[in-house]
Amino acid sequence: MRSRVEESGLVRFDQVSFNYGPNAPVLRDVTFHLPPGSFHFVLGASGAGKSSLLQLMYLWQKPTSGRISLFGRDVAQLTRADKALMRRRIGVVFQDFRLLDHLSARENVALPLRVAGRYTSGLDEHVRELLAWVGLGDYLDALPPTLSGGQQQRVAIARAVIARPSLLLADEPTGNVDDRIALRLLYLFEELNKMGTTVVIATHNENLIERLGHPTIRLTGGDSRHPAIAHPPVLPAADA
Amino acid sequence: MILARQRDVPLDKDASARFLPWLIAFMVYLATLALAAAIAVSNVAQAWDSGLAGKLTVQVPPSPPPSAGDSGRGQTARVDAVLDALRETPGVRSAEQLSQQEMARLLEPWLGAAAGSADLPLPALIAVEVVPARAPELASLQRRLDRAAAGTRVDDHQRTLGRLLEVARTLQLLAVLVVALVGAAAVVTVVFVTRTGLSIHRNVIELLHLIGAQDAYVARQFQRHALRLGLTGGLIGLALGAATLWALARWVGQEAGAVVPELTLSQPQWLSLLAVPLAATLVAMLTARITVLRTLARLS
Repeated sequence: MRSRVEESGLVRFDQVSFNYGPNAPVLRDVTFHLPPGSFHFVLGASGAGKSSLLQLMYLWQKPTSGRISLFGRDVAQLTRADKALMRRRIGVVFQDFRLLDHLSARENVALPLRVAGRYTSGLDEHVRELLAWVGLGDYLDALPPTLSGGQQQRVAIARAVIARPSLLLADEPTGNVDDRIALRLLYLFEELNKMGTTVVIATHNENLIERLGHPTIRLTGGDSRHPAIAHPPVLPAADA
Repeated sequence: MILARQRDVPLDKDASARFLPWLIAFMVYLATLALAAAIAVSNVAQAWDSGLAGKLTVQVPPSPPPSAGDSGRGQTARVDAVLDALRETPGVRSAEQLSQQEMARLLEPWLGAAAGSADLPLPALIAVEVVPARAPELASLQRRLDRAAAGTRVDDHQRTLGRLLEVARTLQLLAVLVVALVGAAAVVTVVFVTRTGLSIHRNVIELLHLIGAQDAYVARQFQRHALRLGLTGGLIGLALGAATLWALARWVGQEAGAVVPELTLSQPQWLSLLAVPLAATLVAMLTARITVLRTLARLS
């Protein structure tokens, strides 16, 4: 018997449009669904609405119209408390990293565990290992302002994956690192994906997409005259 | 330990972390003094009340009014007549005339050395103790004593005591009002500081929400901060308040003791003043928590 999530997709957008305040829409009639355990890239030019699409997925914005379901639940029906619990299942790599400057790299990475009340001293070793894996084993106690852009990005990635999220969203996660590190980070995402995490990566780097060969949600338009519309894979809804 | 826990919102670096403890210290200082004043006034009122219960003072004037018809009788005879009348009255336990020395001691704070002068036409004072359950009716006693020595007055202190108790109650109300106003000012201050903190650390709080923090988690950050600052300020305020009260009690005891009633607090009463910083801390914590939860709830 198939679960509700399997039937409707882990992430499901139905005719979703979005605009900031009274401005023209950034996204218009976007429809797709992503099955659990899938790996997708979101591709589009700068300003095409990639970040907005991810913001809708991590519940930071509300759609102007249409319906979004995550983990089989209509997000419009979620209370603040429900949203917080759902966000614990979503790891996000923000384009601007959003690290807390007063916390060390180790503390930043451990933050999602602490917020969820899951942090124990035993997990500290796990945090160290993860930071070592992303090449920051010597920077455990470094504060973010003392790290380079690429190093900060890796801390942000480690923070996004530390709690083994069911859904990983990354906004240009390789934008500040060289190709070797970029590939290493993407392999980390693939490893997580193999363990069942659904991964969505927004990027404008087509080389990367070709190299890994995962399906792509392509956003076209994105300016005030031509709001972005998602192109394949726009999968048919389960009940369609 | 709760005070040493990880601080995800860096409130320690805010200006509020520097000025709020002093503001709370000042408020706790005022509240401590007001509360101590209320307790001391209550002690004094209680002492007056219990000290005068079952006691009367009878004044026999030095010379009879010309129309009284007993001129020629000496003051001693007049006092003896009143004493006899008193001792024959049912319900009177004892009646003793105050000696010249005792009178001089009582009057010294107001009259100085002249209080002991024999030239002063002072009335004779008789301290009367009555059995409270069988206390004589005041008006009939007054009539009997007036017959024994014209012009004699009976004072049961109730009028004076009533006024004093009224003043004491007013002072207590004022003290409670001061404590309430200080409490209200503390609440307003903490609300302001918390809202400012929410505004300053908006990005941090956003991030915490984005990684799954409940509003209560954010609120705990602020309430821990308020607990730390409240306790620091509260203890400073209490220490200053206690030092002031100690100095005041010493001054009253040494310099003004004869005129002003002793302003001492018992050990349990001193301990009860400890409740002021604890209450201030609790108020600060709860105010911070409620402010954060209400502000964040409006964001949804």
